[in-house]
Amino acid sequence: MAETMDTAPVKLGIKDFQSDQDVRWCPGCGDYSILAQVQRVFPEFQHRKENYVAVSGIGCSSRFPYYLDIYGLHGIHGRAPAIASGVKLTNPDLDVWVATGDGDGLSIGGNHMIHTLRRNLNIKVLLFNNQIYGLTKGQYSPTSQLGQITKSTPVGVIDAPFIPVSLALGAGATLVARTMDRDPKHLQEMVRRAEHHHGSAFVEIYQNCNVFNDGAFFLFTEKDTRDDHVLYLEHGKPLVFGKNKQKGIRLKGGTPEAVDISSGPFSVNDLLVHNEQDSTLAFILANMIHNPELPRPMGVFLALNRPTYEEQMQQQIAKAKSKKGEGNLQKLLDGDETWMIS
Amino acid sequence: MAKELKTLDEVTIRFAGDSGDGMQLTGTQFTNTVASLGADLSTLPDYPAEIRAPAGTKYGVSGFQIKFGSTDILTPGDLCDVLVAMNPAALVTNLKILRDGGTIIVNEDAFTEKNLRLAHLHSNPLEDGSLAKFIVHSIAISKMTANALEDMNLSTRLVDKTKNFFALGLMYWMYNRPIDQSIRFIQEKFAGKDPEVAESNIRVLRAGYNFGDTTEVFTTRYDVKPAHLAPGKYRNVMGNVATALGLAAAAHKAGLQLFLGSYPITPASDILHELSKMKEYGVKTFQAEDEIAAICSAIGAAYAGALAATTTSGPGLALKTEALGLAIMLELPLVVVNVQRGGPSTGLPTKTEQADLLQAVVGRNGEAPLCVIAAATPADCFNTVYEAARLAVKFMTPVICLTDGYLGNGAEPWRIPNVDDLPAIPVAFAKDPATFHPYSRDPKTLARPWAIPGTPGLEHRIGGLEKADITGNISYDPDNHHHMIKLRAEKIERIADDIPLQDVEGEKSGDLLVVGWGSTYGSIKSAVSNARERGLSVSQAHLRYINPFPRNLGEVLRRYKQILVPEINNGQLIMLLRAKYLVPAVGFNVIKGLPLPADEIESRIDELLGGTNG
Repeated sequence: MAETMDTAPVKLGIKDFQSDQDVRWCPGCGDYSILAQVQRVFPEFQHRKENYVAVSGIGCSSRFPYYLDIYGLHGIHGRAPAIASGVKLTNPDLDVWVATGDGDGLSIGGNHMIHTLRRNLNIKVLLFNNQIYGLTKGQYSPTSQLGQITKSTPVGVIDAPFIPVSLALGAGATLVARTMDRDPKHLQEMVRRAEHHHGSAFVEIYQNCNVFNDGAFFLFTEKDTRDDHVLYLEHGKPLVFGKNKQKGIRLKGGTPEAVDISSGPFSVNDLLVHNEQDSTLAFILANMIHNPELPRPMGVFLALNRPTYEEQMQQQIAKAKSKKGEGNLQKLLDGDETWMIS
Repeated sequence: MAKELKTLDEVTIRFAGDSGDGMQLTGTQFTNTVASLGADLSTLPDYPAEIRAPAGTKYGVSGFQIKFGSTDILTPGDLCDVLVAMNPAALVTNLKILRDGGTIIVNEDAFTEKNLRLAHLHSNPLEDGSLAKFIVHSIAISKMTANALEDMNLSTRLVDKTKNFFALGLMYWMYNRPIDQSIRFIQEKFAGKDPEVAESNIRVLRAGYNFGDTTEVFTTRYDVKPAHLAPGKYRNVMGNVATALGLAAAAHKAGLQLFLGSYPITPASDILHELSKMKEYGVKTFQAEDEIAAICSAIGAAYAGALAATTTSGPGLALKTEALGLAIMLELPLVVVNVQRGGPSTGLPTKTEQADLLQAVVGRNGEAPLCVIAAATPADCFNTVYEAARLAVKFMTPVICLTDGYLGNGAEPWRIPNVDDLPAIPVAFAKDPATFHPYSRDPKTLARPWAIPGTPGLEHRIGGLEKADITGNISYDPDNHHHMIKLRAEKIERIADDIPLQDVEGEKSGDLLVVGWGSTYGSIKSAVSNARERGLSVSQAHLRYINPFPRNLGEVLRRYKQILVPEINNGQLIMLLRAKYLVPAVGFNVIKGLPLPADEIESRIDELLGGTNG
């Protein structure tokens, strides 16, 4: 329990986080990269192994805990954030991670996701977004694209997709980020940012399902297209992209537009400068997805510092104890009005 | 004029009025005062699901019934001796439960044309002779309330809201109870923030009391002596409060922190309210976004080493079903309290029922056995939920503790246990990596080890997929699945070795055994005692443990020629008893959202034994 837990820093390596279970994802699945980056980055945090907990729901992504040699709980469909909340509230010293997917986290578990984020529990959510149901073999998910042909939409998806980053922002998450399975360095960095954030962190990871939705994100991950289609967000820096950083994002009225800054009327001074503490800007960046002309932002959209749920809960308990003294159970049972019968 | 003081053994009073008239508060205040003078009692709050139904309507009537006496009080009473009715609707909806010759006290000011119309009355019952078989005291409660507050310049609305205290004061006078305790309550509740409300309520309470004392309408007042309760320290307790206290006590004795994940639902919410006040005891309450998150957070808490609980009512239990299956697979301790209400679906949210028994025992996908126990009286909610916690921890299993709306909101005097005398709840977390296997088992209980995150060397993964025996790794092996299903069932069966044998009140064999469970205890006991006094060979067995049943239950059942199973459902315990013991039991099922009437059970006993009642 919290009182007896050893939280002194330790030196561990990748191997310490590899469990003895055979990894059973399809060969070529993007999940392998996510697992590898997490195993690479976790030792940096210097927590003792026993103080990590991974919680998941149901789906391909939710097999994640089995492959990490830490405490793991493979729950039921969509409920990982709720289970993780109970773990974290019981022992706030644990480093609690949730592995989920677009179906698990945004469809059946959408309610738990938004409420966990708004409460700002210090729980880290990795949402593997492959825009498809993999484990049930290829039905459309709440992030599948309009018109997408899947097993359950033979003539195309007709419901508009969620934008996970917008949803998390709308839910009041205090750290919201996006990254990709095929950009290991960036993925590692986002895992670090989640870890070091004080509060709930939501990291959407574009993940390729090479069996049911191969290439969904190739525009952003492949060498020949990515430079023109990905915008890396860096706090305090202007929004530039392109192979030679020759393009940027400026605001025209309230709407972002891509401009050339190598020639023509605009220079780097006309561009939006990223500010992770600006939630209005975060929404603007999240909405860029609606304009196919604009690059896809990757990185930390928003990082706010707010008290966490569990520390407020502990403060309320501490305050009650200092005001009323450590509870005396007999007094509690007695209540306010008693009488004796002899 | 000197008034006569008559001593009564017991009396049943029902306060009834609009849901905005404060009848629940009036009833609770009367109950607390009656309790602290040492009478035995039982209460039945009976209110509509609407918070403020339109004033004056029949469906907006809120009632509070209390039976108290110097005798052993087992039920809130089938019929009332006194009905306090604040308006015509309250009068007509409650007449059928007033005994012939009973007393009616009405607020005559509320018998306006409009209110009569709202109550669907074509004539005024105070004038048309329809109440001839009762003793009617028609009192200008609203007017006298207004008079008492004349010089305070209060709004009509506030004056109107105070009139329930007039009725309360009058009943205190009539039953020879002091008003000080209620004055203290009013002062504590309002004095700081709203001295005007405090002052007006106290004035009106006194006015009601003094009216009784001075008016010539009443010539008699009544006294009820203290009951012969076992020696000890007592308090009045409602079932939901007792449940909250039981959880807190169990966590304390187990040396664990208490975690409650809950979602508001009638009639269970009070347990959440009570526990959320216990911060200085380190109790953590989490109002989740829904019923599913409530139980899932509790499962997470159990995994992390808390005494975890979730509290709900029928529809909420239905939503928790899948997660209960997970808790069964994970083999983690979890206390689930279901304060049953009328179903199905939304049903009768504020009324009582026992129709979730089968849901609790068998209502899950797959072979998913768990322990089910049930409380018999409001105070017994403490013992039952405490026992649920003890079994959950000892056998590493979810335990469903069934109470119901009547128990949860009902109250009775409770002999407060001494904390040191409560049964121990030993907890031993796994510590040793050399011997640890997630699904190894205690040879006696078959419980698996409780290995909590933060323990070095015990890192392991558990989940809802089928487990390989001992290692807990995922296994799709057919033989293993069969084996694990049998193991999980056997574990729950072995709880029967840890619980008391079923006892019987009355002869150990005979013509008839009345078998019940849950809140019908008082009604059945009352019916059986009356029948026994009339020389009938009838005994009572009341089950606390429903899954598993006590080891000797089959043998007990077979010692009687006939078995009667009264339930507030369409025959659920009886189905389990017949299935398991192949006994020819017969049911008695009245499903009206109310406690079972003792006199009707008694008639059924007579029918079965070929006698006549009385």
